[in-house]
Amino acid sequence: MADRSVTIASANGLHARPASLFVQEVTKSGLSVEMTKGEKTINAASILGLISLGLQHGDEVALRTDGDNADSVLDDLAAFLTIDHDAS
Amino acid sequence: MTDLIQGANLRGVGIGRGMAVGPILRMPDPLPEPADDTSTIGGDAEKVRAAGALAATAADIRLRGQRAGGAAKDVLDAQAFMAEDPTLKDDVDARIDSGKTAERAVFEAFAAFRDLLTSMGGYMGERATDLNDVSQRVVAHLQGVSAPGVPDPDHSFILVARDLAPADTALLDLEKVLALVTSDGGPTSHTAILAREKSIVAVVGASNALTLTDGQIVIVDASTGIVTVAPNDDEQAAATDTIAARAAAAVAPVGPGALADGTKVPLLANLGSVDGALPAVEKGAEGVGLFRTEFLFLDADRAPTVAEQQEKYTRLLEAFSGKKVVVRALDAGADKPLSFLNDEPEENPALGLRGLRALRANEPILRDQLTALANAQAATDADLWVMAPMVSTVEETRYFTALARELGIKTAGVMIEVPAAALLADRILADTDFASIGTNDLTQYTLAADRLLGSVASFQDPWHPAVLRLVGEVGRAGQKLDKPVGICGEAAADPLLAVVLVGLGATTLSMSPAALADVRSELARFTLQQAQEFAEIALSANSAVEARLAVLAAAQTLTTPSTESE
Repeated sequence: MADRSVTIASANGLHARPASLFVQEVTKSGLSVEMTKGEKTINAASILGLISLGLQHGDEVALRTDGDNADSVLDDLAAFLTIDHDAS
Repeated sequence: MTDLIQGANLRGVGIGRGMAVGPILRMPDPLPEPADDTSTIGGDAEKVRAAGALAATAADIRLRGQRAGGAAKDVLDAQAFMAEDPTLKDDVDARIDSGKTAERAVFEAFAAFRDLLTSMGGYMGERATDLNDVSQRVVAHLQGVSAPGVPDPDHSFILVARDLAPADTALLDLEKVLALVTSDGGPTSHTAILAREKSIVAVVGASNALTLTDGQIVIVDASTGIVTVAPNDDEQAAATDTIAARAAAAVAPVGPGALADGTKVPLLANLGSVDGALPAVEKGAEGVGLFRTEFLFLDADRAPTVAEQQEKYTRLLEAFSGKKVVVRALDAGADKPLSFLNDEPEENPALGLRGLRALRANEPILRDQLTALANAQAATDADLWVMAPMVSTVEETRYFTALARELGIKTAGVMIEVPAAALLADRILADTDFASIGTNDLTQYTLAADRLLGSVASFQDPWHPAVLRLVGEVGRAGQKLDKPVGICGEAAADPLLAVVLVGLGATTLSMSPAALADVRSELARFTLQQAQEFAEIALSANSAVEARLAVLAAAQTLTTPSTESE
């Protein structure tokens, strides 16, 4: 089991475009990844789950997964969330 | 409204002055809610059906996204992921396990998510519309019916809808759409804005439009707002002639904007990039009335240098050699965030540190921009004017005008978008060279209605007499002090409203280049005295709708040959 704590960097939070890109990354990894904000945990491959977390700029989330290359997958996903996708 | 008679004409609000003839196609009605029947084929078979429909819908949406490109692709990609959502799929399966059909389970699972998002409000709530659209498509696939959405036949047609959503208009094939007719929505609806931007013939708010049936031939006349249903041969021939004459006029050389009595009203272009300059000149723009400089600053984590800016400004000014070019200093704030200018989130961005307020808090950025503009002015022979966005006070006016002059700008002015500035326009204009009224923000601030919020969109109508009265204040101050007063909002692109604005004292009108031809021909129909009469009529109305109808009636009386004698 690997986990990471990440702060959302996108200026407008994780809205449709960055959320789609993030889901794409999670799906590509082939692992089942969980994301937790506060009390709520969702499947990170679920765009509706992501949208329903209402992630804002500066929110803290935890990522968790199991598997062969869990650490490198979480490093990539954590890096994705710490880029401001609204600035690119 | 009169009783509905088969063949009766429809009346709504025309956008622009165009005309079109053709067969109509209706936006399909939303699908009815699938019945909550018990499955007859068993859970496993229902799950296979649901999985197949979800996957097929995702693939279809993704394909549409690839065809649309741009911003529409992002929206549609997100929708494809919604159809493929694993959590949603689990919910669908659980509902099927409780005995429901695939249709019903899909419908309920999407509805549950939609309600969750709606309850979160704001941006999340707006995604509920996307979710509904995906749900409808999956259910349509399961039922073997065509998905609701913009029709895509192999012939030209006139699209009839209740109103069009941004997702619909993104995919509209403008080569085939002759005109738009909506039953709901006003002159500032998404449909109307699209129609104005793309010069599509449109009549919006034509109640009873939904009584039209597919294939019916209609004439849509935006100049009168009338949709003629089942026209006879003579009517069709006359319409075809009008369309041909209009097309000929559009390619004919264009002269400067003027009223029927010869009063000059220079028609200028609103531009957001240097590349827009030549097309605007071709459409007869006599200069630029609003050059938005934000594009230079977006996508950047620092402000561009003086040299970088100067190069762009010089290219712009060279395209308008000998003509007037009004450049607006950087207009940013929490609603148009720029990381290096203001990254503090605000509860009320429209009322926050934006426009000149944000520039003043970052004066080096303003100084660099004004310096780059002054250098470009010296290098070319265009007549450069520079104005500050969102000025609220006389003191701000003095600050900006003094700074611009200090840095070498010859003509400095302010935008009037805040009611306080409109009310004190006589004092503001005494301290600066010109004013330009931004009607979109002026309307938002006058009616206290967020112009980005769909639920209060009906307030965003520049025909409102309160807005017009403020415009009149500025016009009067301009006349008294002999200072130019321009209009550079959406309002100037509405041909009849443009006449009213001139009647209220506007000396130039600036608009998206697509609107120039219609506004030019509308101005040429009336004298200054008539424009002033229209302004009085509009000011004495109680609402935006009343003002528009009253002025339209007056304009038609003037231009229809009268059989009565005085």
